Amino acid sequence: MITTDPSLQSVPIAHHPDPAVLLAYSAGTLCESVALAIACHASICRGCRDEIERLNAVGGAMISEASPAAVGDDALDRVLARLDEPVPPAPVAPHLDAETRTVVPGPLQRYLSCSLSTLPWRRIGRSLEEARLPLSGSGVKTALVRIKPGRSVPRHSHAGLEYTLVLAGGYQDNGEDFRRGDYAEFDSSHEHQPVADADGGCLCLVILDAPLRLSGWLGRLINPFLRV
Amino acid sequence: MFATALSAPFWPLPPHRRLGSIAERSKQLVARLGLTNEDLCKLMEAIAARKDRQAFSQLFAFFAPRVKGFGIRRGVEPAAAEEIAQEALLAVWRKAETFDRRKASVATWVFTIVRNKHIDLFRRHAYPEVDIEELAETADDAAPADRALASAQDGSAVREAMRNLPAEQLLILQKAFYEDKSHRAIADELGLPLGTVKSRIRLALARMRGALPEAVHDHD
Ligand SMILES: [Zn+2]
Repeated sequence: MITTDPSLQSVPIAHHPDPAVLLAYSAGTLCESVALAIACHASICRGCRDEIERLNAVGGAMISEASPAAVGDDALDRVLARLDEPVPPAPVAPHLDAETRTVVPGPLQRYLSCSLSTLPWRRIGRSLEEARLPLSGSGVKTALVRIKPGRSVPRHSHAGLEYTLVLAGGYQDNGEDFRRGDYAEFDSSHEHQPVADADGGCLCLVILDAPLRLSGWLGRLINPFLRV
Repeated sequence: MFATALSAPFWPLPPHRRLGSIAERSKQLVARLGLTNEDLCKLMEAIAARKDRQAFSQLFAFFAPRVKGFGIRRGVEPAAAEEIAQEALLAVWRKAETFDRRKASVATWVFTIVRNKHIDLFRRHAYPEVDIEELAETADDAAPADRALASAQDGSAVREAMRNLPAEQLLILQKAFYEDKSHRAIADELGLPLGTVKSRIRLALARMRGALPEAVHDHD
């Protein structure tokens, strides 16, 4: 099963988003799914969180030095008249168990309807299970993916982009280790075959923004998972 | 209470923009004069502590025209930009208790609200936000989660750093914030290799980090 040993969380994060992606996050350019991956990474990575804070401060400077555009004469009065309106109630958050609250970063918890163990996991082949997440964006697929211990995702490359954020356990890919908090982005120039840790498997947030291009005949067996 | 000089902007202001007469009403003064972050923090804290409508009116006078101007610069129709300004300032009122001057300047905090309103209005989804409480439990350096990012407290250091950026780096930041363009779109538009755009962003961030040294973390 997924390892939730807190000691694993103290391993420093090795793989961070490119500064260009942090800029796109701060400016509000990213689609909801990739913004979610970045928000989750920055919720557990102090360095990237600080980088985003600095970029937000650039955005703040752009607003405070923006050329003002006159607002209507009644603009202030219209807002003053609304100050006492009741605030729309926040949606009721579902109860999440301790494992889920430990493993799933806050920004992602808000997209879960139930705890990890009771999500509608769909088995894909013998190595994978996935639970799709309700995010906006046509042509973008967002899912939690579990890779079973020691198993691999078939070798593949991408017609579009693939983003992964490790939430628990870890995997190896092209000789590199990816564990909790590690963020990876693959484009069509990469061909890779992640292999989950033998002892705990791996839980990832995975985003695909175009159909994957399969390299091996085995890939066809798990095609339903890979199809966006 | 109000600073009387506008700090020099990092891009040209329209020539007609002048300081207002001291005889004008306070909200007009606020709109035209520079307010320091300290001034703005006090207004925010008055709103949070006692629902101070006078403080809100001053904050509105300062930010609403800037938020509208920012929206127009992002290509939003003036009427929609004004709607965003009103919605954003209403959100400022409602969320005032969550503002913490140790974590961000008022302008930075308002920026994130405005950005999220743009996304909410034009893309109809919430923008996932960083959970700042989380690091308390998982930080690898055991620093308190509410550690002040002193760099963010005073917008003047940021503006100074931006004025000192090479033009080619500032241009990319402006295209990102004002034109909502990704690094890929910017590379296409400028006819530059993606790697060049990425390295300019990296250099710009390194300069911001150098100007705001409290937040240095070597995590690469
Ligand atoms: Zn990071």
